[in-house]
Formats: sequence, structure tokens, C-alpha cells
Amino acid sequence: MTTLFDILGPRMVGPSSSHTAGACRLGYVVQAVLGGMPERAHVGLHGSFAMTGVGHGTRTAITGGLLGHRPDDERLREAEAEATERGLEVHFETVDLGPEAHPNSAVFEVFRGDERITITGCSIGGGRIRIREIDGFAVDLSGSLPAIVVVADDVPGTVARISGLIAERGLNVATVRVDRTGRGERALMTIETDEDVPDEVLGELAKQPWIHWIRNVHQLNA
Amino acid sequence: MIRSFADWFQESEARGLDLARTVERLEVKETGASPEAVRERIRDALRVMRQAVDEGLAEARASSSGLTGGRSGRLLADGPRLLGDDFTTMLARAIATLETNARMGLIMATPTAGAAGVVPAVLLTLAPAREWPEDRLVDAMLVAGGTGIIIAERASIAGAGGGCQAETGSAAAMASAAVTWLEGGSHDQVATAVALTIQGMLGLICDPVAGLVEIPCAYRNASAAVNAVASAEMALAGLDFPIPVDQVVDVMGDVGSKMDVRFRETALGGLAATPAGQEIAARAGMTELVQLQRRGSTKGEGSARFGPS
Repeated sequence: MTTLFDILGPRMVGPSSSHTAGACRLGYVVQAVLGGMPERAHVGLHGSFAMTGVGHGTRTAITGGLLGHRPDDERLREAEAEATERGLEVHFETVDLGPEAHPNSAVFEVFRGDERITITGCSIGGGRIRIREIDGFAVDLSGSLPAIVVVADDVPGTVARISGLIAERGLNVATVRVDRTGRGERALMTIETDEDVPDEVLGELAKQPWIHWIRNVHQLNA
Repeated sequence: MIRSFADWFQESEARGLDLARTVERLEVKETGASPEAVRERIRDALRVMRQAVDEGLAEARASSSGLTGGRSGRLLADGPRLLGDDFTTMLARAIATLETNARMGLIMATPTAGAAGVVPAVLLTLAPAREWPEDRLVDAMLVAGGTGIIIAERASIAGAGGGCQAETGSAAAMASAAVTWLEGGSHDQVATAVALTIQGMLGLICDPVAGLVEIPCAYRNASAAVNAVASAEMALAGLDFPIPVDQVVDVMGDVGSKMDVRFRETALGGLAATPAGQEIAARAGMTELVQLQRRGSTKGEGSARFGPS
């Protein structure tokens, strides 16, 4: 679905909505899933991202996103210097994710404390993105809605219990996607909501013994 | 959401709303934002557009590639030669936004960064000339937005999807619809303005030199702005176009999907692949791109595998 402000925008630092704004959004979502700025990031650039990314500031924009900057933040221009200053180490390389992958794809392996997460995403034009995979689980996140990502026991009633806990707080669930092909007995759920899920709700969900891992992905263009 | 011009017009007539109100109403309905919040966000878009134009005109510094920067200021300083002041100013403004964009400045990607110069060039130049107050400009942006939504749904607004016709072509169609509507054009005249704009840009490829959003993009934004105003002028005079606008948009989508991938933002064809274009890419350090251009291939080779473990 195309919304009015997909067309009248995004408000962004140039030069390319796909190679700069979209790249920044990918980095931003990655740090949001990780729970903050990574200390170290390995970023594989596929296709057009690798080929024409240099002139579009793709690497600078991804670095800026990993620092927690949004696509319209003018600090993006100086992201490399800021990364050095704040202790974010980013390594880029060219990768081939195969002919099926979107030409503007990137695969991230990020580290923060004891956490390590791998995420694959792509920039699909006009600054819009899709997150396709988290830790080997297939997902489909757009970043245009806030979302929570949960790894839980794959037992009957899990989805209902999680959406119930969200609904109790008066939050409206927009989409739910469940993937259990990744790891046998566990399921990965991406739940997009109409408003940001407060961190305390996440804290409460995290206390449930059948939830193993949970992340808050705040809305990008709020 | 509106998926065709026919639906947009019908919905507006059925509810007794003008085209801008219909877009505003649907946005409010779909996002839950208040009408005032939608309008404020558009006023912010207009502020960023003005700022990007002013910055582009004032800054003489070149972009990191040296391909753009300072050109818009030069055009404006040279003054009008062939037509009036407004014509030259409009061209300079279109180029100025792309120059700001190339320097990693703040812009509104309307509908994309590569076509961001068209809508501001047309609207900000005509607004004082035609004495449109700010509130009418906000309405004009809603009409431009509605037009862009339909094109994005039926065809494409991305160069990678449908070539430059989808980027500067969509931007020009948006500007043309907005101007025609603001000048009191009927639904038929808005439809004709969009159809005329798109038919004049059908088949335009996306061939950015060295893969950069600079050349020919900056100049294509200027010519797209001219096309937008020319189409509005003809539509407002009551000239007709025999192919319905939705069918014209569908043709643009069809042409885009059949366009060779070399002509869809990959920098492997068109002006980008000329000997001069390759030289510029080599100077900009895009060695991998130049190798592919020389090979005339679109397949990436020799790159390492790297996947999630």
C-alpha cells in the first residue's frame, strides 16, 4: 500500500532514496532490533548496493543508521567520524546473495555485549525497506509501522497470549506473522502495531517463561 | 486508497469533496492522523523544499564527483534569455534541489530523491506568479500526492522499477495535476494534464552516469518541470487527449516492466555506458561498475559469498 507521505517524501538526506535513505533505515532497524548501537558490525552489500553504493554514500548512511540516526538526520554526512568517536566498528564487503535477492540487499552481522544478531534486508525504492530474515528466521518488516519481534515456544495459544497482552494495553495489532521453519521448537513472531509498544510492555512479555527473546522495533518515520 | 483517476474523481463527486479534500480524508482515515497534522506535515515538506532550493542556488561548491554544484546559481545569475524570468527561475530551482541532494543535503524525495526537483520547481515558481496563498499550496501538494499514489499503485515511481519515465515522469505528472487543479481545472482537465505529461515522457530510461543521482538527473528534472507546466497550459486551454489517463499510466507501467535492466538505474546502459560515462565512473573509483559496463553484462561475478550463519 502506498501512503501519502511515501509520495510526498521521505524527508531525507541525499542523494538517493534507495541507496541512502533506504540504506540508513536498514541500519536503523538493525540497531533497533539489537537494542542499541552495536560495537561491531559486518555488513555485506549485494548487487547495486555494492556496485554504485560508494557515490551514494550507502556505507556512510548504513553507518549512520547503525548509530541510531534516521534518514533525515543531517549528522549522517559525518557518520564515519561519529562511529569512530562512539566506538562503533563497521566492516563492509561485497557479497553475492544469489539471483533471487533484491538488487539492493544487505546482510548484517552485529555484536553488542553478549548479543549477536544476523539480519538480511533490502531497500525497495523511495526509501522503503523490507527486513527479510532475522537470525535465520524469515520475517517481513517494513519499518513503517512499529513492531515487536519475539522468539517463543511453538505451542498452541502462543500467538493469542502475546496479542492478548498487547491488546490489554489498548494497543492495536496491525499484522502478525509467524515463522517456525527456522528452529524446530521455537517460533519467530513479528507483530506490527499501530503505535509504538512501550518498553515496559516488552519487559513484561520478556518475563514470560515461554518467551525466549524479544525486540522492540520503534517506528522509523514517527 | 485511490487506485485510479476514475475512482478518485468518482469518490470526490459522490462525497461532494474537491480532489485535495478526498486525498486528505483518505489519509486521515488510513493513518488516524488529524487533518491538521497531515497539513502540518505538508507545510514542513514545503519548508524543506524551499530550503533545499535556496541552498542549491547559493552554494557554488561542487558535489564530491564534481558533476554538479553551482550550475543552478550560474543559470539564475545569467538571467533569462529566451523566455521570461519565471521560466529561467523554474529551471534553476529544479537543478538546485538536485545539487543540494548530491551534496548529501536535506531534501523531500517527492516522489523520489532523483526526481525531487520537479514539484518544488513548478509549485514554488508558480505560487507567487499566480498568487496562490500557502494554504492553497498545501492543497496542491495533496493533489500532487494523490496523483503519485495512483501512479505508484498502477505503474512505478522508481527508476529501478520503470526507468526515468517512472521518476521524473511521475514527478512531472504530480506537478501538472496540482497546477491544473489549482488554476480551477475540471477533473477532465486534471486527467488530460497528467496524460499529456506522461505521454511526453514515455520510454525515458534511467541511466545515471557513474551510478550517481546527478547527470542526467539534474537536467532531466528541469525538462520534466517544463513538460509539467506545458501540459497544464494545454489542458487548461481545453485541449483534449483521446486516451484515458488511467490507460496512459498503465502504458507507462508496461513500458517500464519491459525495459531492459540496463536502462533501470543500474548505470549499465544509456549515457552511463558511453565511453565518456565510463571514464567518469573510472575517475569516481567505481572499478567494479566500469568492469561490468565494459563487459556489457548485468551479472555480478567474482564477489565473495557472505551469508548469515
